[in-house]
Amino acid sequence: MTTETTKSVYWQGVRDGAPFILVIVPFSLLFGVVATEAGLNVLETLSFSVLVIAGAAQFTALQLLTDGAPTMIALVSSLAVNLRMAMYSASLTPYLGEASLGQRALAAYFTVDQSYACAIVKFEKNPGWDISRRLAYFFGVVTPICPLWYLFTLVGALVGTRIPQGLALDFALPITFLAMIGPMLRTPAHLAAAFVSVTVALVFAGLPYNLGLLVAGLAGMMTGARVEVLLDRRRETRA
Amino acid sequence: MSIDTADLWFVIIGLGLGSFALRFVFTGLVGDRPLPAWLLRHLRYTAVAVLPGLVAPLVVWPAATGGSLDAPRMAAALVTLAAGYFLRNVIVAILLGAVTLFAGLALIG
Repeated sequence: MTTETTKSVYWQGVRDGAPFILVIVPFSLLFGVVATEAGLNVLETLSFSVLVIAGAAQFTALQLLTDGAPTMIALVSSLAVNLRMAMYSASLTPYLGEASLGQRALAAYFTVDQSYACAIVKFEKNPGWDISRRLAYFFGVVTPICPLWYLFTLVGALVGTRIPQGLALDFALPITFLAMIGPMLRTPAHLAAAFVSVTVALVFAGLPYNLGLLVAGLAGMMTGARVEVLLDRRRETRA
Repeated sequence: MSIDTADLWFVIIGLGLGSFALRFVFTGLVGDRPLPAWLLRHLRYTAVAVLPGLVAPLVVWPAATGGSLDAPRMAAALVTLAAGYFLRNVIVAILLGAVTLFAGLALIG
């Protein structure tokens, strides 16, 4: 039983997405600046952000191209950084599967770390939401994030190198992700998954093409699932 | 060195199409067909399995210091994670982390 209207759910999404403006703006600005420094023109820089909307992958591609890596290696490595999007897609499927094909395509395009992280938390908390509320919430989160991603890439490309050094913008990404991870650690299974993920990612950091992250992701998911089964079994024997 | 324009567009378009394919593969192609319970159980842990693994190397070997462990960044990371965990508030955690980072950088340099 839910009394929330689609409209109020949309605005909930906007409110939950809004804090990420603080991260999206410096991050996309930084991408614009770095791309311009690497010799990309405004159109090329903006196309990157509009077609890819994934900061980490964009930075990876740019870094490898500037280093003179072979084109295919640059493409495959940056796609590997985005492999987590397939995991997000799979994880959202039980919640968004009944939407129309067009809506699913649009949601897929806007599946980014922030929209996924907000949506999955809300969808789990509100199992009574119908598909129109879920979509409204998802696109609500996207509203303050993605347009600003494009806009500040453009601003970064135009201001170019006139950004003061020493702002430590490099750490905007880790801090945002860490802040998002904290509230997700709700059960021992979640904690175990995160711990294994960190350990495996560090041990396999030397693997080429960012494969270490993929291994860490799979190991973390298997750990979470396993711990959940063990805890359920223990609860059953006690009951 | 400067990047070849054709190579650049190849990567931009390829990465754009590839990223969309990765995002669409399950949501779009599986749709409302039911997924098996064991798979759903694994998928529940996607976020906590991927994001920590993504961040860990960035914290331990920050690019800004050329990959060597850095006290202000490590402190900021720990404060952010602890704040997020205990306060359950993303924006407060980000702000506390940023304050820790700038204070640390100002103190240690």
